[in-house]
Formats: sequence, C-alpha cells, structure tokens
Amino acid sequence: MATEVGLGHYLVVSAILLVLAIFGIFLNRKNVIIILMSIELLLLAVNLNLVAFSAALGDLVGQVFAMFVLTVAAAEAAIGLAIVVIYFRNRGSIQVEDVNLMKG
Amino acid sequence: MIANIAFYVCSVILLASAALVVSSRNPVHSVLFLILSFFNAAVLFLIAGAEFLALILVIVYVGAVAVLFLFVVMMLDIDFAELRSGFQRYLPVGATVGAVLFVELLLVLGGWRFAPQAPVLRFSPAPANISNTAALGRLLYTDYIFLFQAAGVLLLVAMIGAIVLTLRERKTSRHQSIRAQTDRTAADTLALVTVAVGAGVKEVGIFRPKPASPEPVEEEHHGH
Repeated sequence: MATEVGLGHYLVVSAILLVLAIFGIFLNRKNVIIILMSIELLLLAVNLNLVAFSAALGDLVGQVFAMFVLTVAAAEAAIGLAIVVIYFRNRGSIQVEDVNLMKG
Repeated sequence: MIANIAFYVCSVILLASAALVVSSRNPVHSVLFLILSFFNAAVLFLIAGAEFLALILVIVYVGAVAVLFLFVVMMLDIDFAELRSGFQRYLPVGATVGAVLFVELLLVLGGWRFAPQAPVLRFSPAPANISNTAALGRLLYTDYIFLFQAAGVLLLVAMIGAIVLTLRERKTSRHQSIRAQTDRTAADTLALVTVAVGAGVKEVGIFRPKPASPEPVEEEHHGH
C-alpha cells in the first residue's frame, strides 16, 4: 500500500460520510438545495472509497473512475441548480412538496 | 506518523462539517461547511496518494460547484425558516434509516476481505517512478479515451442544458440580431465617392457616419 493509513480507516470514514448524506436527504425533505448538497456529499463518499481501494491495490483505474464520478457530479449539480432556479421563477417556492404539477 | 495524525484530524473535520451541512439552520452556512468538507476530503485524497484528484477536487468542487451553490442560495429569495419546519418530524425516520444503513455498512466492513487473486486481476497497476498525474494521463488518454470523450460530451450537454433551462426572453431585453448582422451588405454602409483634389470633406458633402437608411423596424420578433 502506498500510504501508511490503512484501508479500513478510509472505509469507515467514507461509510460515516455516506450515512450522514443519506440522513441529510431525509432530514431536509423540504429544501431541495440541501438535498442537492447531500447528494454531493454522497458522491464524495463514493469517491473516497474508490480512491482508497485504488491506493490499497495500487490500481489506477479506481482513480480514473473517481474522476468520471466527479464529472457526473458536477454536471448533475449544474442541471439540478438550473432546475431549482426555473422552478423558483415559476412557482416562487422550492418546497419539494409543492412539486406535484405532473401528478395525474 | 504525520500522515496518520493528518488523516485523523482531517477525517474528524470532514465528518463534522458534513454533519453541519445537513443540519445547519442557514443554507449559506451549509454551503460554507460543504466547502470545508471538500477541502478536508482533498487532504484525505492526498494522503492516499491521489494528488491529481485532490487538486481537481479543490478546483472543480470548491471553485465551481460550491460557488454555484452559493450563488443560487443567495440569489433566490427563499424563506428558509419555513423550509426548516418539519425538521423535527423527519428526524426519527431519518435517524432510523441512517442507523440501519450504518449497521449494514459496519457488518460489511467487518466481514470483507480481498480475493486471493486480487493483485493479479488489477486492470492497470500504478507504474513506478512516475508521478500520479502523469500515470493518470497515460491511462486516461489511451485506454479510457472514449470514456474521456464521453465525459466531455456529458459536460457539454450539461452546460447547454443549464443555459437553455435558465435563459429567458424578456420584452425589454436587448439582443444581438444575427440575421440583421449577416444580411448587412457592403452597399448598405459603404459608398465610393470621387473627391476632387484639394476639396475638404465638408465641401464635398460627405457625412460621417452615413445617415442610416430608414428601415422598417420589426418590433415583434427581434433577436432570435
């Protein structure tokens, strides 16, 4: 392993981060911006896992994959925030519970 | 030893700021804690030896994504106190789901191990005597070039999508009319005049600029 810190430590930190992010999604059910931030944290936990395994195995593909995850997360944040902005422009609110225009 | 201490300090700060992101009362504080957690995650990446990803995390996430969040939070005039209502109500279910997930993850962490042939099955072992960035570049531009291109297309689509979604046409806004610009010919603006030797500009009657020819102004659909 390239680093002195064990793989298990990384996995524990990333597991706690993932749980915190999921917790945040449940906790802020009404605020879509915080939900988006929680999703970013979730993807960060995934990246931490990928990088830790990549370092532990000495396999660079994990880091390549983490980079693609980062790309997708950035694109997702941009689109998500654009949707939030136009939704706020149309309805004057970003309450998740108000998003029921397409309900049959 | 130093790496261990740095790891523990940074992971504690990372987890604390992540907890504050989801529980902060003010969304602006949430974004700032998000930035702090990204910084600490970058340090963790550095300790793991992924220097390139660590710096990309700082540049892309702190520099772009978090600032985008900050813009949106500050731009929208939202009653955040109203959005906070129901916090207590969702707390038990969130805590339950989180606890269950955490216990499951701990069970996984307690029982897993590498397959015996894992070192043999590596896709691309990190080459020695070469920096992390160079090694990633070699891999990214050869074996994963199509994925790399696909990521570029994805970012392009996201950019165009975000622009298309948020662009809005207002009656009062002034746009560039590309059709009017490309329809314009030299004859509209230029005139060749034979000037007598020694004659002044005023005497020949050349006005600069040439007075605009009266054009039918289309008020309805300008600028598309």
